[in-house]
Amino acid sequence: MFSRIAVSALFAGFLAGVVAALLQLAFVQPVLLHAELYESGTLNHFGDGGAGNGGAGATAAVPGIDLERDGLSVLFTALTYTGFAFLLVAAMALAEDRGWRVTVRQGLVWGVAGFLAFQLAPALGAPPELPGSAAAEIDLRQIWWFGTVGATAAGLALIAFGRGWALRAVAAALLLAPHLIGAPHPDEFIGPAPPELASLFAARALGVGLVAWAVLGLLAAYFWLREARRAGEVGPDSPRAA
Amino acid sequence: MTAQTQSRTGISAKLAAIALSAFIGLAIVTLAGHVQTAALHDAAHDSRHAMGFPCH
Repeated sequence: MFSRIAVSALFAGFLAGVVAALLQLAFVQPVLLHAELYESGTLNHFGDGGAGNGGAGATAAVPGIDLERDGLSVLFTALTYTGFAFLLVAAMALAEDRGWRVTVRQGLVWGVAGFLAFQLAPALGAPPELPGSAAAEIDLRQIWWFGTVGATAAGLALIAFGRGWALRAVAAALLLAPHLIGAPHPDEFIGPAPPELASLFAARALGVGLVAWAVLGLLAAYFWLREARRAGEVGPDSPRAA
Repeated sequence: MTAQTQSRTGISAKLAAIALSAFIGLAIVTLAGHVQTAALHDAAHDSRHAMGFPCH
């Protein structure tokens, strides 16, 4: 069982992570690099930003690919998605163990649910940040992040697998609680980058996350079922071990 | 959908494998996304921002 989970998670997580990393390099990293020009003071949002016309350098040239820096980003994104994949496949294994059938097509729903729990729900209180953004204490934000991910995942699982209105009410409470409690926020806003860049960064980070999680869900279900067939655990018509 | 006819043997081993996998996943996500050690933070910086982890 463990090797079936691990092999599925390694393949699905690495592949989805590479997809995520390439999309990030194409769409997210240029916005981050642009913002770093404000963080470093090369551009100044509040004055004549070096654009020569009193604007804020909306079309500033950003550095291109940096092999070491971007290589590390690809590595860590692939690693992180491999971690996501272990959690996702473990949840699929638990569902299958409880008698629920997992199909490749349902993998899409599993992936989107993962996106909701790990990226969208935390982003509702703490949107993906540009470097240099003002933020509260890192420890508090990390605690809120883990709590939000855990509560959202549990709430979604109750909606998907629970029965009865009482459980649905508990699910709704779990989904709402992190946002009623609220994410930790800084005392003052001091971010040097223009809000235009910050909103573009958050939207693109979430868009890339949705695509990558959808790919992760499909691949995780695909490899999970393939490994089952290879191990002879299930036949083509029966998702269950006899 | 929820037939509970399977043999109960091996269930605890299955649950142990599932728990171990979940632990590995959580450990990887914590290490790659959250641990603030300088070297790790710098190396993972851009990917942490792009995935919406609290970074600084």
